[in-house]
Amino acid sequence: MFNVTRLTLAAMIVGASALTVTAQGFTPENPECIAPANPGGGWDFTCRQVGKTMQDQGLIEKTMQVVNLAGGGGGVAFAQVVNKRNDDNDLIIAASAATSTRLAQGAYPGNNMNEVRWLASIGADYGVIAVAADSEIADLPGLLDVMKNDPTSISVAGGSAVGGWDHLKVLIAASAYGIEDVRSVKYIAFDGGGEAVTQLLAGSVQAFTGDVSEAKGFVESGDIRVIAVLAPERLDGEFADFPTAREQGVDAIGANWRGFYAPGGMSDEAYAGWVEKIAALYASDEWKEVMAANGMAPLDLQGAAFEEFVAASVAKIETISREIGIIQ
Amino acid sequence: MDTLSNLADGFVIALTWQNIGLALLGCFLGTVMGALPGLGPSNGVAILIPLAFTLGLGATPSLILLTSVYYGAMYGGRISSILLNIPGDEPAMMTCLDGYPMAKKGMAGEALSLSGISSFVGAFFATWGLILLAPQLVKIALLFGPAEYFALFALAFMTLGGVSSLNQAKSAFAAALGLGLAMIGVDSQTGVPRFTFGEVHLYDGLDFLVAIVGLFALSEVFIFLENRHGEASGKGKSIVIGRLTPPMSMLKACTPTMLRSSFVGFLAGVLPGAGASLGSFLAYSLEKRLVDKDGTFGKGDPRGVAAPEAGNNAAAGGALVPMLALGVPGSGTTAVLLAVLLSLNITPGPLLFSNNPDVVWGLIAALFIANFMLLALNIPMVGIFTRLLLVPPRVLMPIVAMVSFVGIYGISGSSFDLLVMIGFGILGWVLRKFDIPLVPIILGTLLGNAMENNLRRAITIDNGDWWTLIDSPLSIGLWIVAVIGFILPVIFARKVKSGMQRADAEGSTKD
Repeated sequence: MFNVTRLTLAAMIVGASALTVTAQGFTPENPECIAPANPGGGWDFTCRQVGKTMQDQGLIEKTMQVVNLAGGGGGVAFAQVVNKRNDDNDLIIAASAATSTRLAQGAYPGNNMNEVRWLASIGADYGVIAVAADSEIADLPGLLDVMKNDPTSISVAGGSAVGGWDHLKVLIAASAYGIEDVRSVKYIAFDGGGEAVTQLLAGSVQAFTGDVSEAKGFVESGDIRVIAVLAPERLDGEFADFPTAREQGVDAIGANWRGFYAPGGMSDEAYAGWVEKIAALYASDEWKEVMAANGMAPLDLQGAAFEEFVAASVAKIETISREIGIIQ
Repeated sequence: MDTLSNLADGFVIALTWQNIGLALLGCFLGTVMGALPGLGPSNGVAILIPLAFTLGLGATPSLILLTSVYYGAMYGGRISSILLNIPGDEPAMMTCLDGYPMAKKGMAGEALSLSGISSFVGAFFATWGLILLAPQLVKIALLFGPAEYFALFALAFMTLGGVSSLNQAKSAFAAALGLGLAMIGVDSQTGVPRFTFGEVHLYDGLDFLVAIVGLFALSEVFIFLENRHGEASGKGKSIVIGRLTPPMSMLKACTPTMLRSSFVGFLAGVLPGAGASLGSFLAYSLEKRLVDKDGTFGKGDPRGVAAPEAGNNAAAGGALVPMLALGVPGSGTTAVLLAVLLSLNITPGPLLFSNNPDVVWGLIAALFIANFMLLALNIPMVGIFTRLLLVPPRVLMPIVAMVSFVGIYGISGSSFDLLVMIGFGILGWVLRKFDIPLVPIILGTLLGNAMENNLRRAITIDNGDWWTLIDSPLSIGLWIVAVIGFILPVIFARKVKSGMQRADAEGSTKD
């Protein structure tokens, strides 16, 4: 089995690379992906999964080298790319809503989003708000009502730090519901979504804010109940049962997009090549399977459209952060 | 019965030539990576992920390769702890305390073999624990809320006194210094950066590996430089290696220690917020409290080598419980393994055991195979490892310095980390001059953040009510143990004081 896989893989690479060379004119010699966090997180997953699938598809000839450059919530990698690797054509960097959150809050000191080129998205993870299976709270308005009347009685657990994306999602929902002082919402930061869900199961907290992919396993096992997904409309497949916040009268949308940026000095040819490759990856059936398995929703934006999307996302988060007093 | 037939199926999956080859490769690479300061299990696993993908391995073979590396690194970490007094990774830190003094006494071979056997015992029982108890153990993890975690960390700190120094004040000073260093970085409960001076590299706090390599390895190099013309260059020749396998009597004396430590380590591994370092530390301090009647711990007591090694390897097995059954990583390495599972389209979590039984049981069978392989690999290699002691320091020390720099730069790719490492090296050199133990510093840095965060989580959840800390039977129990562990030695201190003073004169430099 091992040999067969290798052979097919080799055949695919040889076959496809012949195609790509003629079709695109740009093939990275030593493709490299920086995951701006330690191994094991979402960015690391983005780099490795995309690298693996691209190689399986024959979009790149060599194995994508994944470099973990942790620090400053992605700030170290951002600064390194801007200062030292500004004209590297073989390099892409994993990014997500956390990146735009930090850019919006000025948490990458001295850097802003225009110093790099935004390539494309590979999908989105819509936010969910969940409670334990045996909780008395029935739906999102029910939860927000309790929070409005007695903010001290509900602790919401999430995997990001205060001011991070998981925190902002629950604040978006709270402010959409008409809770004026969103600072009264009690948010407890844990080290990652997994730990936060565990604490929901343990009964230490009353609600959980995170991504679909973090909640997935526990919904299947019947341990937690998703009371709202922060998507414009219901998700596909096994997630179709989750009610959206919108259909419950709370107009809140929170998507943790995943995608890539590239160095600001990357040549137009290389930029176009990478955009095309990521688009081809996104269109492939294999990637559709990856997205389905991980509860990722479609978000198909490339090149200029993606750049606009990130800019809008940064502007929006800046407004919310100012409202809740995280930035002045 | 079901379990056993599942396990048999697992062995059928795991016992192919390809898988055995991968396990052997993983065990060997893991041992080497564990032994090199700077490369720990989590980096070792991360480095080999591309290899697994390039070879086009399926889910089970990939996991077999990577978990073999994981177990191998947990074994390998002890080698440099014992021979050089430089821990190969965080959990191996406690092994320095008695392992290095044993090597100095000419018992390096025995210490290495004994620690290999203890590692085996710890990992063996942990794997059985994983098989038999995984579903039940998840319930234990769910008993721990923020208040209970805080009590657990408090327990670790309260039993710290006396573990690594005879001078309690110096130990306390070192722990406080470590706690202070832990405060560096963005505070996750408020989002405010502390002590970062606007330096973006410090936002995520200090990297423990950088701190360990600096404090232990580089300071060793500095000490050597300082003594270059004196005794250091001549000392290498006088080292005796001694016998390579421990006598039966030593094994017998260590058996209860190994069993107790396996249990403690396994429990610490199961708790997602605790991990292997806490496991080996608690195992060591428990043994010291229980069996150290003559005050020989810290001066080369074999039980002081057996306890942390059994503890940290059992914790490695224990950490797989929350990873597989909850999808929550119990340690840095399991976080990496979790990411691998996800990228192979396998969702760990409550349903993994029923959805992907072939992966789970193949993995468990592979753990057994890797464990026996590591034992078989490690015991004959003790003879080779101990040759390291014959290398004169003037050759060895430059190599240590080189491996430290290359290792740290290789992981982070950042020259800032190298500067931090040098800073810690100088700090370590100064502290050694004052006979201040280094282990509590690392423990403070390692556990300080988790301890602070859990305290603040607990208090915030209960709206500022401090009584929440002693709100459940479990936390009350943990506090009682902590208080007893803290007070008992103070009461008994007078009794053994004379013995201690005698030892103080000769033995306070063993950090």
